[in-house]
Amino acid sequence: MENHFDVIIIGGGAAGLTAGIYLSRAKLSALILNEGAIGGQMVLTHEIANYPGIENISGYELARNMKAQAQKFGCVIKSNVKITEMDLRGEFKRVVVGGKDVFTSHAVIIATGGKSRTIGAIREDEFKGKGISYCATCDGDFFQDKEIIVVGGGNSAIEEAVSLTKYASKVTVVHQFDHFQALEKYVEEAKNNPKINFIMESKITEFTGAEKLESVKIQNQRTNEITEMKIDGVFIFIGYVPNTEKLNGIIQLNEREEIVVDEIMSTNVKGVYAAGDSINKRYRQVTTAVADGTIAALSAAEYVNNYKKELSLVTSD
Amino acid sequence: MLRTNLTHVLSEQEHSKLLQENENVMICCGRMGPMCIPVYEVMEELENDYKNVKFADMEFDLPDAKVIRNLPDVRGFQGIPFVIYYKNGKVVKATSSIQSKDQITAILDANFGGK
Repeated sequence: MENHFDVIIIGGGAAGLTAGIYLSRAKLSALILNEGAIGGQMVLTHEIANYPGIENISGYELARNMKAQAQKFGCVIKSNVKITEMDLRGEFKRVVVGGKDVFTSHAVIIATGGKSRTIGAIREDEFKGKGISYCATCDGDFFQDKEIIVVGGGNSAIEEAVSLTKYASKVTVVHQFDHFQALEKYVEEAKNNPKINFIMESKITEFTGAEKLESVKIQNQRTNEITEMKIDGVFIFIGYVPNTEKLNGIIQLNEREEIVVDEIMSTNVKGVYAAGDSINKRYRQVTTAVADGTIAALSAAEYVNNYKKELSLVTSD
Repeated sequence: MLRTNLTHVLSEQEHSKLLQENENVMICCGRMGPMCIPVYEVMEELENDYKNVKFADMEFDLPDAKVIRNLPDVRGFQGIPFVIYYKNGKVVKATSSIQSKDQITAILDANFGGK
């Protein structure tokens, strides 16, 4: 069957590509189905300086190398596809792409990763690229001598607030809580920067403007008072959410919508494994995703090989 | 030069030649960053499907990329990549920041006809 594989890997980030490399090298047929661009969150990193054995590499280069390595071993990769249906129970797993292309496999590895969390405020999508950004290194230079807001209180938000002072004349950090989640050293650096000020316990509820962003409405979480603030740009760094919305009711998720796995990356569904940023874990790094992908691939390979062995015994009987 | 498999536009002259020689053109003007790379990848995939469209990229920081950066259609844009769709040399659509495959194909279908 042309569309049947030993293992289907859903997701083409560090975990998915690693699983593809391991499975293909083990002479199992593997298909990676990826809904976005290959590389996942890895390509968001301009410079990776702590990947063992490689002193310095961009996330894009590392993703490209991993993709080429997987393809060299025979892994089939389909990116920018839309998965419209999944049936992961039973001996044969079934994944439908674009409502018409059906792929089957003995095992599935879910490595769907995560995506940037959005605020969900009124007109947020409309001003994306017209004042709202999720990438300081990409768009910071559009805000030379402008006044901007950074939303968030974690390490990324506070670090980027400091880095954006290279361009902006004033940076206001808007955070929903009365304290920061960022490491104290980053918070101290931000507090000591004369260009940065803070609006705590507040949320942006609406973006306004004509051709581009001109102002925001900010609601105080304690008093509910709403104030309008003229602003040139808003950078949003409020963390990531796992890409697991399509898995609800299919496999077990925890309260944070992360996939629950055991030590061999097995989910609660037989023959279904998970790896990378979409699983329940504390540390999300390229290296941890690679490790997860390796474990998931080895577990899936063992499952598939056992299945084939059993099948051949039954056939020879 | 951008590290993509697309046609690279390196100068104002090349930009003008590309528009003269092709009825339907999509140019992604960006850098090798996280908002741009996914768009290049989508374009590389669509090249095989949309034979009636010429897909190209142009490095945002090239001085000659002013032919795109200074277009009236990109006024208000504050996020790369700037993606411009031309029909018979005229801009028919321009977008700012990352776009999904669905968003891009919807624009191609609406402005250049189906694949």
